[in-house]
Amino acid sequence: MKPTSRAFKSNASRALRDEPLKSALSGIKHGFVANRARARANLPEFEDLRDEARAVKEHALAHLDLYLEAYEKKVQETGGQVHWAASAEDARAAILKICRDAGAKTVTKGKSMVGEEIAINAYLENAGITPVETDLGEYLIQLRHEPPSHIIAPAIHLTKDQVEADFRKAHTDLPSARTLEEPEQLVAEARAILREKFLAADVGITGANLLIAETGTSVIVTNEGNGDLTQCLPRVHIVITSIEKVVPTLEDADTILRVLARSATGQEFSTYTTLTTGPKREGDPDGPDEYHVVLLDNGRSEMLGGVFRDMLRCIRCGACMNHCPVYGAVGGHAYGWVYPGPMGAVLTPSLIGVEEAGHLPNASTFCGRCEAVCPMRIPLPKMMRHWREREFENGDTPTLYKLGLKLWAFAARRPAIYHRLTGIVSPLLSRLGRKGRFSSMPLAGGWTRYRDLPAPQGKTFQQRWRERDGQ
Amino acid sequence: MSRSNARKNILNAVRHSLGVTDTDTVREKTVAKRLKAHKPNLVPEIAKVSGKKAVALISEKLEGQGATVSHVDKPDQIPERIAEYLRENNLPAEFRTGDDSMLSQIPWSKASSLTRHTGRGQGDDAVTISRADTAAAETGTLFLTSGADNPTTLNFLPDTHIVVIRAKDIRGSYEDAWNILRKAYKKQGLPRTVNLVSGPSRTADIEQIIVMGAHGPRRLHVIIVG
Repeated sequence: MKPTSRAFKSNASRALRDEPLKSALSGIKHGFVANRARARANLPEFEDLRDEARAVKEHALAHLDLYLEAYEKKVQETGGQVHWAASAEDARAAILKICRDAGAKTVTKGKSMVGEEIAINAYLENAGITPVETDLGEYLIQLRHEPPSHIIAPAIHLTKDQVEADFRKAHTDLPSARTLEEPEQLVAEARAILREKFLAADVGITGANLLIAETGTSVIVTNEGNGDLTQCLPRVHIVITSIEKVVPTLEDADTILRVLARSATGQEFSTYTTLTTGPKREGDPDGPDEYHVVLLDNGRSEMLGGVFRDMLRCIRCGACMNHCPVYGAVGGHAYGWVYPGPMGAVLTPSLIGVEEAGHLPNASTFCGRCEAVCPMRIPLPKMMRHWREREFENGDTPTLYKLGLKLWAFAARRPAIYHRLTGIVSPLLSRLGRKGRFSSMPLAGGWTRYRDLPAPQGKTFQQRWRERDGQ
Repeated sequence: MSRSNARKNILNAVRHSLGVTDTDTVREKTVAKRLKAHKPNLVPEIAKVSGKKAVALISEKLEGQGATVSHVDKPDQIPERIAEYLRENNLPAEFRTGDDSMLSQIPWSKASSLTRHTGRGQGDDAVTISRADTAAAETGTLFLTSGADNPTTLNFLPDTHIVVIRAKDIRGSYEDAWNILRKAYKKQGLPRTVNLVSGPSRTADIEQIIVMGAHGPRRLHVIIVG
């Protein structure tokens, strides 16, 4: 998809005026956030497990070339094929070739963020192959021709009423008088429609949460079971994944799985965790005849050698966005590409360039909650600062912003002037602010349009400090 | 770019970023050792259970995740328990299983009302029965393996999935469960598919409201034997 990350500011403004979006996002606090807190409280070793999970990925990344080779060897030994793809274009071409060779007309898909990253659906459609998203959230956004707005809950921006309207528009074969008010009815309708698609598909494409070098295994984690129906029914199974997903052993996978679901949905373990090793074996009554793994690089090998290496530990749980005040206010679409929230603000400029996505690292209050909840302890605020520094060095910072900074720096370096100014401005603002707040202010419209600006109260910090010293 | 070139280029780029030199053999030894040892990392205390405690824990966890659990002493009590379960839930008295040795030896005729079909799962199966090889009590997680004994499609296509497991096969942690599979499959490595199942299918994709039976089974019933 074409990124709109450059327009983050206007995207965000639009999102802030979007009432259904506001209503949809309001559920995160009582859902994901509360559930994660409960899961964490119920496992005394949770913080230690975070350290161990980080160590597993650190070790795997430090030996990535060797684990990728070991992984590939095992996949081949068990009858599967590995396709290396340096770019999104290479990955798309590899997938299309496998689909063409299989004579595929329809392809079912499990949820895959790498699939979104390489925009595989549009590519297959252009080639005359119909991709069908089977994760309920992904199915909803496919009907709406929208990108996901969250990495584990792609349709979190939608309300029930919007889903009902979309289903009535799309499922025209069904009686128009049917009731579709309750989530149960909507889920049942999607289940019946997608069941037919599962049974008819020629190829199934899934992502992978992890790859295991020891056994040549790909791992998917779902709650719906859609990823499993996607991969066990068609003749061909394609796994689209990226090189940083590999871990050494089953035991290492256990460690990561122990923090993944708890951080993501707050479940202790997802309903279905599936380990797949090669295609159908002799005597197997089901399973695919072919098993392909498309291994994408797309800038990751370069990240490994730079300041954004820590980002490669990310296991795509979504905790950072669930806890982010900016994400909670504007939702995922404002970020303008595939990966939203704090992890997206760091990853997107690495993958599509700082010219495209330089605004995203500015979409942060630096409150630090993202790092505090990240199961892999990725220093997200620090990395957003790296991007801001680069943006500044590149001269991409807006002129007005630079002028403001210069003025502030001028005053801040001259304490006498600074104190004099704050001594005048602060009481003045205090008197001007009605009931202690401003509902509008010149140059601060971006803030006051959505919330009041508190007026300074009482004396300045410096004045109070002097008084305290004088006592 | 040809495929072999892509492989070489990616691996070279990785090595370049890591600053690896050709003369470095320590890394290779480290990796070989770790793969061979497959040592457990930190295992939480809750997972360090066995025997009756493991059975109690897995029952509690499964029920907390929306499954139902019942117990029988001997395999030949299974048909009656299943007949009862199907009646209680107004389900048809027929089901499908694979060739699993334990399930095949059960005297199904004891509950004459039941009809048993065999083979891989079908799109309109109402009830299927599988046997789990092992389980990890720590999160109520059943380990089911692919093959003619217990076809994978039986785990996902039916409305109601019944899983039978022997009490003695239940372990505390995932690590202990893997060791059971490692012992059973030895040099073959893992079976094609290992499904770790911790409850019935669900989704929360509409307004974060949990609805059971998204694509997989709406009901999961676990029978612990022994």
